[in-house]
Amino acid sequence: MGFDTRKQASEIRQTTGALLEHPGLYERLSAEDNLEFYARIWHLSSAERKARIMELLTHLGLWERRKERVETWSRGMKQKLAIARALLHRPRLIFLDEPTAGLDPIMSAALRDDLAALVRHEGVTVFLTTHNLAEAEKLCQLVGIIRQGRLLAIGHPDELRGKGGVSRVEIVGRGFGSGLLIMLQSRPEVATAECQDNRLVLELRGETDIAPLIGLLVSAGAEVEEIHKDKASLEEVFLTLVQEEE
Amino acid sequence: MTTDIWTMIWKEWKELLVQRGNLRGGLSLLVVIVGVFGIVFPLQEGPGWVESRLALIYGAWLPLFLVSATVADSFAGERERKTLETLLASRLSDRAILFGKISAAIGYGWGLTLVSASVALIAVNVAHGRDQLLLYSPMIGLGIVVLSLLGAGLAAGSGILVSLRASTVRQAYQQLSLAIVLLTVLPVFGFRALPDDWRVQLARAIAMASTTQIVVVVAVVLLVLDAGLLAIAMARFQRARLMLD
Repeated sequence: MGFDTRKQASEIRQTTGALLEHPGLYERLSAEDNLEFYARIWHLSSAERKARIMELLTHLGLWERRKERVETWSRGMKQKLAIARALLHRPRLIFLDEPTAGLDPIMSAALRDDLAALVRHEGVTVFLTTHNLAEAEKLCQLVGIIRQGRLLAIGHPDELRGKGGVSRVEIVGRGFGSGLLIMLQSRPEVATAECQDNRLVLELRGETDIAPLIGLLVSAGAEVEEIHKDKASLEEVFLTLVQEEE
Repeated sequence: MTTDIWTMIWKEWKELLVQRGNLRGGLSLLVVIVGVFGIVFPLQEGPGWVESRLALIYGAWLPLFLVSATVADSFAGERERKTLETLLASRLSDRAILFGKISAAIGYGWGLTLVSASVALIAVNVAHGRDQLLLYSPMIGLGIVVLSLLGAGLAAGSGILVSLRASTVRQAYQQLSLAIVLLTVLPVFGFRALPDDWRVQLARAIAMASTTQIVVVVAVVLLVLDAGLLAIAMARFQRARLMLD
């Protein structure tokens, strides 16, 4: 957006929306009055205010309860209302700080779905701050990992998973002898190799192509029935990056 | 900025009216206030209410009482209820937020005082008017309008200052109550502490002063205090500091 955060705070506030750590709602007021107040702050005309409030509350399934005092609402509903408030003036960018914090899994999933749908509908960029890496994985196209003010990595979730973590491969079959395990463990792309009954579990470093390894197993006399490959989660990537940092 | 100030006033009054659960509860409270200060007290005083300087004293004191009961909530309440950060992250300017809150508090105290003074006039006429209309003298009427406005300004200015620093509404309310008590008690103790001859001279001067002189002197003192408090509040209202708090 090209603004200087130290000198152009007012311009930044005008073109962005924010849901901070707390929903920041006036709990004694109704949902409609909360949005009305912020719509007035953004200088929307009376007709625009009505239409926009109806549009957002309808989209989030809150329109029927707009006259109720916010203090009677659940945490999830309050979070949705706070997101609606952040989007009222059609900002180009909104900041959401832990939007699903404190919500049960069902509400979190519902809020995530609503948020994703709303963002698609509004065409707004969302800057999501979260400790919930699974949530970032589901919602974000670009993830930055920050630790103690330092940006450790940035990229698409798939890219990050390939970059920092280990991927896990489970091979079901026969003939996984101790000689084969030693040979696998000596390879640079293999972090660990373990055999459990007829299952061989490998942890591979980075984005390793497993085809050469399978070829090696087969040529060494092993019989392969099934192969399951799991990518490292963002959480594993994060832990790996933090360990490297330390 | 005027629009933004009105927006703040709209929100403050809306919250004030529904603070007792619903709009009916809030309006009931206003009716009780007007009933006590606009009907009960004036009727106890009788026709003297409009003829003496008592109405003037009420006019200056009532907004102090009304505003101090609500203004403590302004910033401390927003902080306590975790709404301040979001408000400060909006496009509203510092001045709009500060003046909006001060104006809302003044409007509430001043408005209720004027309504009470008007209702008092009706009540006294209904009860004691007989065949003549009882009216405030022009100077007492003007004094009520001016002193109640400046009195509300004094309570709002000091209340905002206390509320800006207090971490909870209770703390703000306690500090403000103490300040209001000191403000009303100190002149009495100060008067008693004066040497006897000074005291006699001062009492004589007050007794001999006309209503106009009293209104002008009190108005000037209140105006100076209001202006000072407003200047301090403007200097103390620092967005970045409030956000970090």
